[in-house]
Amino acid sequence: MSVSVSTECPVCGGGVDVAANVMLGELLDCGDCGSELEVRNLSPLQLDEAPMAAEDWGE
Amino acid sequence: MTTAPAADRPGSRPTVGLVCTGVRPEEKLLAEAFLSRGVELQVVDDRLIRGDLGGWPQGLPTVDAVLLRSKSHWRNVVLARWLEALGAQPVNRSHVIEACGDKITTTLALLGAGVPTLTASVSFTPEGGQLAGAEVGFPLVVKPVIGSWGRLIGKVNDADALETVLDHKESLGGAPHAVTYLQAFVEKKGRDIRSFVVGGRCIAAIHRTSAHWKTNTALGAVATACAVDDDLARVSVAAAEAVGGGVVAVDLFETDAGYLVNEVNGTMEFRNSVHTTGVDIPGYVADYVLGGVAADGGSAPSREPTTGMAPGRDGRVA
Repeated sequence: MSVSVSTECPVCGGGVDVAANVMLGELLDCGDCGSELEVRNLSPLQLDEAPMAAEDWGE
Repeated sequence: MTTAPAADRPGSRPTVGLVCTGVRPEEKLLAEAFLSRGVELQVVDDRLIRGDLGGWPQGLPTVDAVLLRSKSHWRNVVLARWLEALGAQPVNRSHVIEACGDKITTTLALLGAGVPTLTASVSFTPEGGQLAGAEVGFPLVVKPVIGSWGRLIGKVNDADALETVLDHKESLGGAPHAVTYLQAFVEKKGRDIRSFVVGGRCIAAIHRTSAHWKTNTALGAVATACAVDDDLARVSVAAAEAVGGGVVAVDLFETDAGYLVNEVNGTMEFRNSVHTTGVDIPGYVADYVLGGVAADGGSAPSREPTTGMAPGRDGRVA
């Protein structure tokens, strides 16, 4: 069972649990404010708000 | 141009470039699938790729195979064209991405291959749009020619509403509104089907159920397992082949006349479908990229994804 790390949401300041096997660039959702966040650095762990969806984004 | 395929370098592991715009659950599952197969994986941020079109893209390591998973349709198109010009065979190929990403091209490909699909029309002016609307019949659905996740898709119930939509599109202007794509509305009883086709084989399907007439899971539709019957497999594979094969997801409606293909997606999302179906979708994709799935129109013998490196070249850099 992996151990998660708790860090702060850069948008609302709420707590965000990040899995131990998190990947660089991984996209996460803040459970408090719902913002989509991106892992921009692993050590030290840094989260930024993910880019807004552009017009041609999708499947 | 690039390194030799790993199989030609004794003792080395195959290398795969997974190009994406941030790592979504799909990319994480794919990464795990590649790593479990002994692949040396490079997860590549498409925002840092650039370079002289005469050479290999900077920011993309030379690898044996490239899986294009950008969120952006145009980034996928450009990168696929660029890599193909250099002799590579990315997954998906550029013609597949283009055929899936442009709804007009999708419809033309499906019609050309005799795949059952919805009635669709195009128009270039508000006047033409009103004529097309009357010919398609109301209600109808207006969709962006290029777009996804159900955005800017509108159900139009009558000519008055269509007039408003067409006026807005003309006022907004620009390339996205230069052509109007009008599709017949199909009463789908609250659900549609998404099937997954990898290398000519329909590997799984889900029902997407919603109280809203849009059944995109991105908009909250609920995914449940859907049995793949012979007809569903046949129509799904035919739709995939119509757009050029590869790795695609096919959206279909169930009608009294049989299955109708609504759309084909060239950078498929499947986060809600692995647990739902019990099918290792990322494993199939990884095997396809590594050449492990026969692209022979679905006649390949059934087998589950392997945990080892499969032989073959599909999807690899030439």
